Amino acid sequence: MNDLLTEPVLTALIASALLAMAPLLFAALGESVSEQAGVLNVGLEGMMLFGAYAGFNGALYLHSSWLGLLCGALGGVLASLVMVILCVRMRLDQIVVGVALFLFAEGVTSLLHGAQFGHEYPRIDHTGEVDVPLLHDIPVVGKSFFHQHPIVYVGIALAFAIRWMLRRTSIGLSLRAAGEAPAALDAAGVDVTRTRTAAVMACGALAGIGGAYLSIVGAGSFTPMMTQGAGFMAIVLAMLARGKVLWVITMSFLFGVSLSISTALQLAGITISTDVIQMLPYVTVIVVLILFARRSYLPSALALPYFRGER
Amino acid sequence: MSTTVQVDPPVQIVSTPPHTPGRAEVLGQAVLPVVLSIVASGVLLAILGRDPFTFYGDVLHNGLLTGFGLQQSIVRVATLLLIAGGLIVAFRANLWNLGGDGQWLLAAAFVAGLAPRLVDAVGRTPGLALMLVLGCVIGAAWTVVPAFLKAVYGVNEIIATLMMNFIGINLANILVKGPFLTDLPGVPRTNILPLAQRLPLIGSSQVHVGIVIAVAMMLLIHFGMTRTPLGLRLRVLGANPRAAVHLGLRPKRLTFVAFAASGALIGLSAAVSMLGDWGSFRADFNPAYGFLMVPLVFLARMNALGTMALVAVFAVIQIGGDSATRQADLPADFVLVLVGLLLFFMAITEYYRLRRERRLDLATTAPAGGATRGAIR
Repeated sequence: MNDLLTEPVLTALIASALLAMAPLLFAALGESVSEQAGVLNVGLEGMMLFGAYAGFNGALYLHSSWLGLLCGALGGVLASLVMVILCVRMRLDQIVVGVALFLFAEGVTSLLHGAQFGHEYPRIDHTGEVDVPLLHDIPVVGKSFFHQHPIVYVGIALAFAIRWMLRRTSIGLSLRAAGEAPAALDAAGVDVTRTRTAAVMACGALAGIGGAYLSIVGAGSFTPMMTQGAGFMAIVLAMLARGKVLWVITMSFLFGVSLSISTALQLAGITISTDVIQMLPYVTVIVVLILFARRSYLPSALALPYFRGER
Repeated sequence: MSTTVQVDPPVQIVSTPPHTPGRAEVLGQAVLPVVLSIVASGVLLAILGRDPFTFYGDVLHNGLLTGFGLQQSIVRVATLLLIAGGLIVAFRANLWNLGGDGQWLLAAAFVAGLAPRLVDAVGRTPGLALMLVLGCVIGAAWTVVPAFLKAVYGVNEIIATLMMNFIGINLANILVKGPFLTDLPGVPRTNILPLAQRLPLIGSSQVHVGIVIAVAMMLLIHFGMTRTPLGLRLRVLGANPRAAVHLGLRPKRLTFVAFAASGALIGLSAAVSMLGDWGSFRADFNPAYGFLMVPLVFLARMNALGTMALVAVFAVIQIGGDSATRQADLPADFVLVLVGLLLFFMAITEYYRLRRERRLDLATTAPAGGATRGAIR
């Protein structure tokens, strides 16, 4: 057990936890925003994949990780337009469209990648991590937490910004009303459709950044279906957090730790099979659910299309 | 001074039944999305520099027109149909069973792991029958936790089933790499069930009796859902849970029943697939049928008969597409694109159908114009 608490192991643990946490954080933030507005976005993984593919191409051809992340955001928004048109505007079933979007995204990104690169997997070299000047020298925390791509810090700041927006601005109120009582929002004169559209597109952008982080910073290349269930983890994260951003941040970190704990364990000389490690976050959630079974509170109008004028 | 008051002629109130589509219309609605998605993906193929006509010709040829391909397609239909049936039972009760993959893989791991020794010990027929039952049991068992959380604590079953899904996938791998591991060298897998001990084949073909089981189950589901009291209870629970309580149905028990039936059918699909088709379960094998069937079942409007037709089409596309994509030097995932497009176009067709029906209803009822409510989903 002493081997576990040595500096290199802890550093590696925190570093890889943050690496695993960032895409989850972004995606879960996006999903939270979308769910608060009443749109259950099951296709989140598809948006992440679009973001990963677009982001990778952006970073590859524009030689900048920041531009790549921006492209990733745009890719995610593009994917989210499908949800906007089919679910928010045409009011089709959100879960069906979400699953279809996920499957379609898997296929299209794999197809486009195959057509572009054949069987090669080009890599990006400069992944853009920076060292925060003074803080970098703090042991353990310094080399791990303060040696990340700046987008991680942006993400955490963004989380707090979103929290402030949801709780204290009228935009946030409109968003939450769109999910909780859309008829009331409509009566107050705010366009429910437009609010939900904005929420879903924001979700797409955030998910796209999360996916782009995976391909640009995490792996350095794009492989088909590389998200490996991260999107679904983020959906569950968002549902459990019930719109509370602080919970999103904490849980993303915990999930990140449990996902990355295998590398740290290997360093400490303990080997547990990857399958067991991969199960851990899910098992934790189930155990938590069983032990603390409360009603997971979701906005009342979640996944219900809004028909104006209907009783 | 006299005033004339304009009085409108009395409004004629005509009561007509809601617009019921004719056979040709229903068929057209079913065929149109397929045509549209083929055209759309054909365009995509052309952009990528492949000839769409050759591609689709290959898909049809390899999936349907060769003896081998046709039999493979039928075998695939058996697997997919049972999964679809399992999803129908759950979705009709408005229970989102998104854990199909986990249930399938876990049942497959158990069946593939235990079958060789068991069938050897007790003989072919009793052994296979027992293994089919085991598949059902494992699949159903994996739904107990989400069912419990939903029935007793009202926990959203999307979360619960998704969690169990990923746990199940990993657990299946652990089992295959651990207790069920074969002594044979190579990729980690279970012991292979000898061909002679697998599910019997139909006549002199390569198709095993799984298809008979699958079709029988679907007919049973159709009959059960539409003509038995239990089916009615499940459908009422799905349509209006509050009404269900008022009517004296027991939502908790029905939740368990629906989930168990759903899991059992999915487990049966895995068992059939392992015992008839694959014979062994390889680690990290995940065809993700559980997810693929979700939108399919929806767009067949959860009707058992419609599902059978759609699954048949889908199986041909999968089998034919598998070889056609290789011949066209495309990644096999192109089939996913086709499926995704198919589902989008079906959703859009459905939307326009609903809109048309609403307009027709409004046009044929009293001009005082009742607000037409959206159809209960």
